[in-house]
Amino acid sequence: MKRRTFVRSMLALAMAASLAGMSLEAAAQAKTVKVGVLHSLSGTMAISETVLKDTALMAFEEINAKGGVMGYKIEPVVVDPASNWPLFAEKARQLITQDKVAAVFGCWTSVSRKSVLPVFEELNGLLYYPVQYEGEELSKNVFYTGAAPNQQAIPAVEYLMSKEGGGAKRWVLLGTDYVYPRTTNKILRAFLKSKGVADKDIDEKYTPFGHSDYQTIVADIKKFSAGGKTAVVSTINGDSNVPFYKELGNQGLKATDVPVVAFSVGEEELRGVDTKPLVGHLAAWNYFMSIKDPVNDEFKKKWAAYAKAKKLPGADKPLTNDPMEATYIGIYMWKQAVEKAKSFDTDKVIAAMAGQTFKAPSGIVSKMDEKNHHLHKAVFIGEVKADGQFNVVWKTKGPIKAQPWSPFIAGNEKKLDQPMTAAAAK
Amino acid sequence: MRTLLIILLAAAALLARPAVALDAGLVEKLGLGDSDEKVAAINALAATGDPQAAELLAALAEGDVQTAGKRVLVVKGDQATDAATGEAVAPLPKDREDVVANNRLRGAIASALAALKLVAPDRETRLAAVKALAGGADPSILPLVKKALAQETDPIIKPLLEWVAATLELSGGDRDARIAAIRTLGLSGSPSSKTLLLALLEKRTDGGFAEPDEDVRIEAQKSLRAVEDRLAWGERAGLAFAGVSLGSILLLAALGLAITYGLMGVINMAHGELIMIGAYTTYVVQNLFRAHAPGAFDWYLLCAVPAAFAVSAAVGMVLERTVIRFLYGRPLETLLATWGISLVLIQAVRTIFGAQNVQVENPVWMSGGIQMLSNVVLPWSRIVIIGFAAAVLAGIWCLLTRTRLGLFVRGVTQNRAMASCVGVPTARVDTWAFGVGSGLAGLAGCALSQIGNVGPDLGQAYIVDSFLVVVLGGVGQLAGTVYAALGLGFANKLLESWSGAVLAKIAVLVFIIVFIQKRPQGLFAMKGRAVEA
Repeated sequence: MKRRTFVRSMLALAMAASLAGMSLEAAAQAKTVKVGVLHSLSGTMAISETVLKDTALMAFEEINAKGGVMGYKIEPVVVDPASNWPLFAEKARQLITQDKVAAVFGCWTSVSRKSVLPVFEELNGLLYYPVQYEGEELSKNVFYTGAAPNQQAIPAVEYLMSKEGGGAKRWVLLGTDYVYPRTTNKILRAFLKSKGVADKDIDEKYTPFGHSDYQTIVADIKKFSAGGKTAVVSTINGDSNVPFYKELGNQGLKATDVPVVAFSVGEEELRGVDTKPLVGHLAAWNYFMSIKDPVNDEFKKKWAAYAKAKKLPGADKPLTNDPMEATYIGIYMWKQAVEKAKSFDTDKVIAAMAGQTFKAPSGIVSKMDEKNHHLHKAVFIGEVKADGQFNVVWKTKGPIKAQPWSPFIAGNEKKLDQPMTAAAAK
Repeated sequence: MRTLLIILLAAAALLARPAVALDAGLVEKLGLGDSDEKVAAINALAATGDPQAAELLAALAEGDVQTAGKRVLVVKGDQATDAATGEAVAPLPKDREDVVANNRLRGAIASALAALKLVAPDRETRLAAVKALAGGADPSILPLVKKALAQETDPIIKPLLEWVAATLELSGGDRDARIAAIRTLGLSGSPSSKTLLLALLEKRTDGGFAEPDEDVRIEAQKSLRAVEDRLAWGERAGLAFAGVSLGSILLLAALGLAITYGLMGVINMAHGELIMIGAYTTYVVQNLFRAHAPGAFDWYLLCAVPAAFAVSAAVGMVLERTVIRFLYGRPLETLLATWGISLVLIQAVRTIFGAQNVQVENPVWMSGGIQMLSNVVLPWSRIVIIGFAAAVLAGIWCLLTRTRLGLFVRGVTQNRAMASCVGVPTARVDTWAFGVGSGLAGLAGCALSQIGNVGPDLGQAYIVDSFLVVVLGGVGQLAGTVYAALGLGFANKLLESWSGAVLAKIAVLVFIIVFIQKRPQGLFAMKGRAVEA
């Protein structure tokens, strides 16, 4: 029943949005600014991205209630690229050229970001990307509010190598077959080699998007782990995680024997999984819902109230996660930058973004780097608890500066730690 | 429910016994020390053999231990007791910190607790304890293991205990004891044995061996070979099971199509969506059970199976009556029309249930698995699905060969005009046959909901596979479908273990293309008159 009313209200919303689009003049009179939300609401990535759309809408509502940005009310334009990478580029073009949005908040997978990147650069748009990724990119038109490899992947692997994390000697690098897992694993392989791990002790495996039969893979991990203390680094993305973790639980692969650390699995992805057999498996993020901090408590409270008011699916058990936090930070930093620049103009906002700070729910003051378009972030490693939450077992002392160009990839040492065009302009 | 029971039991145990003080220094280290101190404290507490220590350790593993200042508390719900003295603490202190048990601590606690239980009177407890130690134990418990070994008589537990003792003696002890331990390890088929033996044979970075004694190395090499031989059997068995499991899923997905496409000749592109409808029916039944009969939740599948069949069959029959019957004998139009229908169905489900995946929970009896060999666990969910596929196959075979409807279907397939002449109502038979085929798709959806994700796109992933199975098996043949499904399942899993999931999928597709080129009629061709399209 609830679902149906939800659908109905969504329909009403969509109609209202299209009506608003038709009467552009009326919208201009109300002093509004359009902002795009570009997240997959269907397909394999919907499991992760749908909540980011809702988080963005919550932040907009919050800002509007407090008077908007420079007196302009935010008018969100939500589109559904349906986990279809070329469609991402099409929708991005539509947002910038037709809807003339001031900024876009969106994308999860790196392949979607790579497909919209040329559009944003060509049309001089502004994209806020809220998910941890593989680095190796630095565009003038993008602000990366998720983690670079040195803010997530490398600390996680270092932890598993330490005595505390179990002292892993052999590594299974398991991922979905696309650019993020491939590049991350390339960086990790180079990092592991620098720590003296031999090639025979690293096993790289990939599955297609939406893969659902993990029998052989879990059996192979078991076989591989007989050769010495093994840890699994999972960069599986999207709804494949559910069958993967179900299979892990069913086949009885315990975290005390073979810990699995995941970079794209948070509270939301574990919602549909029985987490009791998974206790102790790990995730590395820059935020966990379980972090004890007043700012986080407030963030959680706001989200719970919003989810309940909007009757979102899963509102009976509201969950927050890292990319939601990153989305939230990104939106507020954009607002601050616009107010500093006193303009919605892309170039002026980009200049004003440098050095912006925001009190993040993860309990630190997050700062946008002056040059490299990435946030300074603290790193947390959490172990899954029986209730699907994470116990923080390790964290960095304070925020870490991002290295988008990983030093573990050859040729990166010559690359500038700031966008090329900006450097050329100076 | 279970945790509540544990809490109640623990509370009862605490009340029943006069409080005995534990070593306060150890308890403080357990709560406030760094990890090394905590591990040392765990082992020291376990060595006391005090049941109160065991309780404290269990509480720590459950995450119920907190610290308030210098005090270490066991907090269960609103009740707190001092961990050292066992006294109740009320009211609860304000500033409490969780003592986080990470994997390392939990592992240490598990083996410490297991060591204490090795001499328990109950056989099951002992067996569980010795199995827990098989994962790797601290050498400090060797005396406890030896003591247990001396009094153990059970034929299953004893060899396991011997093996645990061997793993512990491997690292310390004199040369003869170590060689004996290596021989014992060679008798087992456990992956941990391999790990330990490999460690003995490891080379250091400077080229020398980590193990200086050559006799030990030779002995380890021999044992390793024996263990690996045994493990290889487990791996083969696991692979075979995975193949059968995938085969059974393909079979379920394709059986319905074997009837609608194979026997009736309708190219039904909406077959995948009928599977999806079956999965969503399961989801709806699950929700009904959760809302109205939570007590019987574990058995919702028994209701979901016939419901999924009925709903999909009804949708299929409506399709047949309203669209497909006007297109018999026109394969291209059928293909386009059913493809359009599939899009309509996907969008309809998206509108009703939302675009996101819905959660179908496994009943408790379908979670977990059964340990076959030391390195093979067969998950219950897959075993159940294999059995289910076999049952469905048997059912459909009976339907086709033993019933009047089956006779009619076969008759209409072989010669429609003649069947019509002898009084078979061919139009009605078509509707029923299509309904049965669609219902089978619904059953497949019900099964798939237990192992995969349920979303509006579910069917798209299976439609291609279903057609491959039917075409490969030979159109118009049930037996061919069975062989093709199992064959594809095995081939896919074999290739996957060699070359990875992505390449395996490509290789299987290439194989099928080549095969169909060479043998367009499939594995088993209908003899005699060709089936009319």
